[in-house]
Amino acid sequence: MNITKNIHEWLFSLMPEATASIVEMVLIAVVYLAIFAVAGLYLVLLERRVAAWFQLRLGPNRVGYQGLLQTMADALKLVSKELTVTIKADKFLYNLAPYFVIVTALMALSLFPFSKEFQAFDINIGIFFLTSISSIGVIGILLAGWSSNNKFALIGAMRSGVQTISYELSVGLSLLTMVLMTGSLQLSQIVEVQKGGWLIVQGHIPAIIAFCIYMIAGTAETNRAPFDLVEAESELGAGFHTEYSGMKFAYFFLAEFINMFIIAAIATTVFFGAYLSPFGITDNIPLLGVFWFLAKTLVLIFLMMWFRWTFPRLRIDQLLVLEWKYLLPLNLLNLVIMALIVLLKLTIHF
Amino acid sequence: MTNEALQNLISTWIPELEFTEEKSQFLNITVQPEQLHQLMTQLKSNSETNFDYLFCLSGVDWGAALGVVYHLESTAHRHQLVVKVKTEDRENPTFDSVWTIWRTAEFHEREVFDFFGIQFTNHPNLKRLFLTEDWDGFPLRKDYVDEINMIIK
Amino acid sequence: MDTTTIKNNFRSEEYQINMGPQHPATHGVLRLLLTIDGEIIKKVEPDLGYIHRSIEKMCERDSYQQIVHLTDRMDYLSSHINNEAVCLTVENALQVEVPERVKVIRTIIAELTRIASHTLWWGVMGMDVGALTTYFYGFRDREMINDIFEETCGARLTMNYNIPGGLMFDIHPNFVKRTKEFIAHFKTKLPEYDLLLTGNVIFQKRMKGIGILSKEDAISFGASGPVGRASGYSCDVRKHHSYSAYDKVNFKEILKTEGDTFARYQVRILEMWESLSIIEQLIDNIPEGDFFAKTNTVIKLPEGEFYEKVETARGELGVYIISTGTKNPYRMKFRSPGFSNLSLLNHIAVGGKIGDLVATMATLDLVIPDIDR
Repeated sequence: MNITKNIHEWLFSLMPEATASIVEMVLIAVVYLAIFAVAGLYLVLLERRVAAWFQLRLGPNRVGYQGLLQTMADALKLVSKELTVTIKADKFLYNLAPYFVIVTALMALSLFPFSKEFQAFDINIGIFFLTSISSIGVIGILLAGWSSNNKFALIGAMRSGVQTISYELSVGLSLLTMVLMTGSLQLSQIVEVQKGGWLIVQGHIPAIIAFCIYMIAGTAETNRAPFDLVEAESELGAGFHTEYSGMKFAYFFLAEFINMFIIAAIATTVFFGAYLSPFGITDNIPLLGVFWFLAKTLVLIFLMMWFRWTFPRLRIDQLLVLEWKYLLPLNLLNLVIMALIVLLKLTIHF
Repeated sequence: MTNEALQNLISTWIPELEFTEEKSQFLNITVQPEQLHQLMTQLKSNSETNFDYLFCLSGVDWGAALGVVYHLESTAHRHQLVVKVKTEDRENPTFDSVWTIWRTAEFHEREVFDFFGIQFTNHPNLKRLFLTEDWDGFPLRKDYVDEINMIIK
Repeated sequence: MDTTTIKNNFRSEEYQINMGPQHPATHGVLRLLLTIDGEIIKKVEPDLGYIHRSIEKMCERDSYQQIVHLTDRMDYLSSHINNEAVCLTVENALQVEVPERVKVIRTIIAELTRIASHTLWWGVMGMDVGALTTYFYGFRDREMINDIFEETCGARLTMNYNIPGGLMFDIHPNFVKRTKEFIAHFKTKLPEYDLLLTGNVIFQKRMKGIGILSKEDAISFGASGPVGRASGYSCDVRKHHSYSAYDKVNFKEILKTEGDTFARYQVRILEMWESLSIIEQLIDNIPEGDFFAKTNTVIKLPEGEFYEKVETARGELGVYIISTGTKNPYRMKFRSPGFSNLSLLNHIAVGGKIGDLVATMATLDLVIPDIDR
């Protein structure tokens, strides 16, 4: 039942090669866009229900069955809002900034191996590509703050920029630690290696440390609490997206949730075996891998939501001290330990 | 220290003070405006009186005169005292500020200026506190008239 | 280019930012004008008067029973204690002796009000530093107290239960039972507060060593209540100038010496435990008797000056009445605790960062209607 292979062959038999590949790419892009735009909306609803559960209340449950149409209603409202543009804002950059953020988020989604057959783009430098794409997202934030011509937005954008580029180091290094065990940056290769046991089990101690550092740094990358000084600094303004409204604001908002999904999905792929079932019980059933991938990702997303609604916020200087004085040296040390373990063949295999 | 002991001690510092305990639960001292700052400094610095806590600074419009009432307490000895100062000058009432002695006086004196128009010399920031900068008149004075906002029964 | 030219070209500038008057954290309508250099605060200037209702001027034309109702609206989180302050002043001036039952009930309700105010403060404190869930946990417990008050006094926020001479009506038959249930419930919840916030490493790093107030400064600025006690200044009016039934109960005055934001936080949490203990000592032994002492319908205070202090949840509230023997006061002055506590904000916030200012303001526990009157 190899759907993707069948569609691929059908297209190539219908048209000459160049047009067939272009049509195939457009088709994949449209499918992904549709699925993830909707998925972003449902992640927002999930966040609201989880928050309500922590806060001893119910959350949205009126619009549609159990509130399932709530975000749809919110999206319609956002689309109908007036698009305000300040006169002194730099129009070109002001309009360009949201696209940086949302496009890089959607691009990163194309790499994930949802199942053996469902992987849109299997480049041989997979992990490297993912970290570089997220770096480009920072440019969007800085542009948004700068072009709004508003001093609060600028302060917020500067803080967010500093935070993101600092924590990228930790994200990259912790992923590098795991790559030592797989010997390849390609995502499908990483999943192949995990057929002998999930990487977090194979690497035992340094892998667990790497996972903890990755979760902390990943939460900071997406500007979520406890590192949400930028956007929840509601005493001084709404951060870098103060001057945005309507659809452009929706792009920033959606991009935050998709980034959360990306961080969780990378962790699932590298640490927890992507679409592989525990102990390989259902690996023979095709397409069930998608269910396993989504389940593991949702658990990690729940963990990130749990952080947000429990912990207080860190101050900006405490945030940077955490990265540069604690996480970075720990990461480097962990890298050395992992290298030793791989060299001495002390990894756990099944 | 009892009220009598306080009276005996303080009357030795400045001769023109008036002491009374009628119609009040504390010992009341009435001082002339020129000697206010000297009396206050001594009340705080003298180790037997040691009045380091100014717990209430109120402006009062006595009808003919405008005045300020200071309620003092000592955290070490736990005795309390009231100091009153008055002036008949209703156009330009001025007293010395005591904010260098008790920092709490800074905001309290601004409030008294705002509502009574009493000026305090050497105050770092004597502006209106509650009312807007361009407000006309001093509301808590007895001769204040405001046809729109005041409802008189 | 030599170094001085480079320095002049890159000189940093101070800029001014407004905080408020609308706040997301229910401090009230306070506008702070901050002068900031980068992230460091250089000057904090409060701008008051947004909720000034000229209560003191209104008191000069109202009767004493009407004045009690005005005081509810000053510090609305300890409304019962404000009412008690005016009633005590009037009763002492008229030399009216209230029955024992009244004193005990006033004390119990005052302590319940203090707990309600502190739970709301705790919820808002968490919200200010970013832990948004604490707001709901604090309110859940406050709602139980509000329900008890609703049954007895008829209101949930502005209680109007005290009159000069006693109470307006007797306590509801369910009052004792519900209060005991509340005490049992709250004793299991207060350790939860510690678990959620006090022990959290992020929270402690945000609070320790910030906004330090020394004891001499506390006395000089007139700080009272938990703000003063966290700096080691023993200022509890319930101990030093006892009123109502406080001389009959055993309770500790909580003192800490560090004077930083975390000390102020801890003092309030421990005060909640002490309030629970006071209520427990009194709730089973409410003496029988009248719930009010007879006074004239038209109350005229004798000529003279009267002053009483009480301990509200914020600190020391003083009521100063100058009376000329008529049925209205000649001058009525309310010495509010928040006013003196606010004046030290500039002193302790300068040199810190904006995030520190938010945490410090939360621990000063300001209620702006109390300051603006």
